[in-house]
Amino acid sequence: MATAMAMNRLQHLSSSNNLVPDWISQEVSTGTTIMAVEYDGGVVIGADSRTTTGAYIANRVTDKLTPIHDRIFCCRSGSAADTQAIADVVTYQLGFHSIELDEPPLVQTAANLFKEMCYRYREELMAGIIVAGWDKRRGGMLVRQPVSVGGSGSTYIYGYVDSNYKSGMSKEECLRFTAGALSLAMERDGSSGGVVRLASISEDGVERQVILGNQLPKFSSA
Amino acid sequence: MSVVIPSPTNTSRYLQTTIIAARYDGGVVIGSDSRASMGGVYVSSRVINKVVQVHDKIFCCMSGSLADAQAVTNAVIHKLNFHSMQMGEPPLVQSAASIMRQFCYNHRDELSAGFIVAGWDRKRGPQVFEVSLGGMVVEQEFTIGGSGSTYIYGYTDAKFKPGMTREQCLSFVTNALTLAMDRDNVSGGVAHLAVVTESGAERQLIPGNKLPMFHRI
Repeated sequence: MATAMAMNRLQHLSSSNNLVPDWISQEVSTGTTIMAVEYDGGVVIGADSRTTTGAYIANRVTDKLTPIHDRIFCCRSGSAADTQAIADVVTYQLGFHSIELDEPPLVQTAANLFKEMCYRYREELMAGIIVAGWDKRRGGMLVRQPVSVGGSGSTYIYGYVDSNYKSGMSKEECLRFTAGALSLAMERDGSSGGVVRLASISEDGVERQVILGNQLPKFSSA
Repeated sequence: MSVVIPSPTNTSRYLQTTIIAARYDGGVVIGSDSRASMGGVYVSSRVINKVVQVHDKIFCCMSGSLADAQAVTNAVIHKLNFHSMQMGEPPLVQSAASIMRQFCYNHRDELSAGFIVAGWDRKRGPQVFEVSLGGMVVEQEFTIGGSGSTYIYGYTDAKFKPGMTREQCLSFVTNALTLAMDRDNVSGGVAHLAVVTESGAERQLIPGNKLPMFHRI
């Protein structure tokens, strides 16, 4: 109760003058770029690593690729608190469901659980989530689309993704494609940046890698 | 720039376009889409040409409020013509950009239009200038503008190379316009192109069904 009141007063203070920096009262948000691409046998997912409160970068090495189950991940964008809370709930629900079934859960099930949460609480939440993973029934599967991009930085790469995506890419090509697209978005979007985190999910497991800022693919600058 | 809520009753026309200009070895290629919309819902014209010739070898592309853009462009054509007669020789692209900037800056509180000025002159060859909303002028190798341009920043950053040939530049501009028109609801129609070189200016029109196809995701 006391903290809520203090927050309101702070917000009023910061909105009424410029002396108080905006990051004191702004919500923590993962304005971001996230992406997932399907290949034959698995899925490659990637995200940038910047979390902001207003104009301040609260965390420059965030991990926005959150495991929900052994072979299912979600990429989070939107409010950091909201997406972490939803991911925790779904992880619990999916774990329970998987024990009941006595076999690994389907990616579609995970996506449905996310959908239930996001839809039921859509007035209170601000979350954009890509669910990607591998299951026995459908192989590497992104829910309903071979490629998906999300987050504030994604608008800048629609053209690049549309023109460069081809079906039937190998895992290496997918990784390069995702890293390239994320680098371009991070270059243009103020809310995306830091390092590129990639994960490739297939029947054999999950391989994670990090591409540091100075190792990102470079494009000719104009 | 405030966010415009699409609705039939909102008749303001902000930034509803995709415009692009790129310099290649020997000339410039300028392109735009052909859609004018009202409130982001109704297409008021599907054949409007936003590439306007302001002099023999200087073109400009309009974006933003089309009424403001047309008013400024007409004023620039008049002033540039007069300037060219006084000088007794074809005007510089930089002069055109400078005149454009004067209008945009002096009336920046009333206007809301952005431009790309591109062309060829004898002194510095092919040039591309961006004259943005408040009147800033920046010379660039290539530039994109309008609401549709957000979707192709990644593509143009990745694909542009300085010193391309004319065909490469044409396909770069056409592809970029197509990708933007595919994603932006207030850009669309046909692609209007213009190529300006030392020998003159040539207009092209690529109808919707002849635009390049990309993988439909």
